[in-house]
Amino acid sequence: MFPMMPAILRNFFSKRATRRYPPMTREPFAEVRGELKNEGSVCTLCGVCAVKCPSQCIVVDKKNATWQWDPFACVYCGVCVDSCKTGSLRQEPLYRKAATGREIVSVKIVLKEQTK
Amino acid sequence: MPVSTIPFGPQHPVLPEPIHLKLTVEDEVIKEVVPALGYVHRGLEKLAGTRDFHQMVQIVERVCGICSMMHAMCYCECVEAMMGIETPPRARYLRLIWSELNRLHSHLLWLGLFADSFGFESLFMQFWKIREKVMDLQEATAGNRVIVSVNVIGGLRRDLSPEQQQTILNILDRVEDEMRLLEKPLLGDYTVMKRTKGKGIVSAARALELGCVGPTLRGSGVAQDMRQLGYEAYGDLAFEPRVEKDGDCYSRLKVRYREVFQSIDLIRQAMEKIPAGEIAAVVKGRPEGEGLARVEQPRGEVFYYVKADGKKYLERIRIRTPTFANVPVLLAMLPGMCLSDVPVIVLSIDPCISCTER
Amino acid sequence: MRAETITPDQLVGACARMKAEGFRFVTMTCTAMDENSFELLYHFDKNLELSTLRLTTSKDSPVHSITAVYFAAFLVENEIQDLFGLRFPGLALDYNRTLYLDEEIRDAPFCKNAAAEKNTAAE
Repeated sequence: MFPMMPAILRNFFSKRATRRYPPMTREPFAEVRGELKNEGSVCTLCGVCAVKCPSQCIVVDKKNATWQWDPFACVYCGVCVDSCKTGSLRQEPLYRKAATGREIVSVKIVLKEQTK
Repeated sequence: MPVSTIPFGPQHPVLPEPIHLKLTVEDEVIKEVVPALGYVHRGLEKLAGTRDFHQMVQIVERVCGICSMMHAMCYCECVEAMMGIETPPRARYLRLIWSELNRLHSHLLWLGLFADSFGFESLFMQFWKIREKVMDLQEATAGNRVIVSVNVIGGLRRDLSPEQQQTILNILDRVEDEMRLLEKPLLGDYTVMKRTKGKGIVSAARALELGCVGPTLRGSGVAQDMRQLGYEAYGDLAFEPRVEKDGDCYSRLKVRYREVFQSIDLIRQAMEKIPAGEIAAVVKGRPEGEGLARVEQPRGEVFYYVKADGKKYLERIRIRTPTFANVPVLLAMLPGMCLSDVPVIVLSIDPCISCTER
Repeated sequence: MRAETITPDQLVGACARMKAEGFRFVTMTCTAMDENSFELLYHFDKNLELSTLRLTTSKDSPVHSITAVYFAAFLVENEIQDLFGLRFPGLALDYNRTLYLDEEIRDAPFCKNAAAEKNTAAE
């Protein structure tokens, strides 16, 4: 007679399926592919990440020793992290917050050879 | 009765994506249908000329958001066959597990949307609540919720730890339990049957003639499922395509509802048999020649043709997505039906327009 | 990949034979070989086995449409008309190159263009 009744009753006696999002957030999963970070002191500016990136969102400038990443062109596939030989690239488990304007993340790289 | 023309779409409450149907109606009965596409055409096939064949994996994943895993898997299979790469056994099982998770969440999405198409809002929310569990599984195991991006040519980029395998099994038990609870409201409800039974009937012969694939074909009584090809690990597992005889919207609904349980069953079988070992083979060289590959997606058979001449970029990549094969059947399903049944019938083929136009 | 090479005149007859044998039409593939010659592949499926027909054509000698035999081919033939600028006489539902493109567009985006390729090579 009331086919939906068992599901309705279960919903009444179980906890909420949703959460009040901005104030309440969930713990991120450990291996989530979130924001891309580059460790400026480890990077050797080899440029492999820029070549491998399918969305071409990384620019490596060897002259000015900068590593630039466009978070709005990035598709968060993690190919650059997998191909990074020095391990300076990593993805945080947190996603980037919503932004009001376009920006390009630029990291100044200090090469070890130069400091010698 | 005078004949009039009514536009359906590209923006319509039941359509998640833009497709336009020009309906010629007499009174309220459909006489003729002409579909119009081209609202989301991106030309992804052309990108084969500017991205190398490794990067194309990430491109083809973006053909469709819902079945991204299967697109990448089909492309990888095609290129692997051309280069003569043997994927490790563990990778074959892992690909099966992720692709079945993809199918699960795609079918749950569709079941919700379909319930919404005949106005059953609370059932829609129930299905999407269950779907959220599968989405979380994808996020926890692969790192991304929708485009899981685990495939590379030669194997996979991610492995499943024993704990992750156990989590998947535990959550699938709950998914199955909650799905059983919704069987009666979905398949036994008077209103649902009234809206779907006898609507948009296609006979088996007509479905084959119009080149239907996937649940649309199986809902008409043709037991054809590309998983029967035994690609990846499907050949090792017990598998029988789900078939319904009537060829109407209700049959297609039943096929998809039963396939949810089939996917859960396949994942359980795969978890039992999964071997240990490497997850990716070493890839050297470049593909050469021509290759074809087919994979069963939630919406049906996807077809990949790759042509390469040993250069960095592929010469041609052709993707025939399942909805592309299922649009012509709308021209046979809709005539003779009432205008109010159009949303239900259109959704019953599970249209994915971004897929169709690539 | 196995493919049977046929001439454009044999095409409709070969498709009718395929249909009589119970093949399902899978899709067509068009590849631009150079500026004016194109390769068309017609893929069919029966009992999970793919069979392919191959033919070569050019813009000046249009291939007849197979929609009279396999109606389902209308979508893919229209797509090839749009993207490659080929024409299929006898197409059952002809969009006149407006399936994906706007009416005023005349060039074909998937064609090989020697002049354009030279430019990209120079860059």
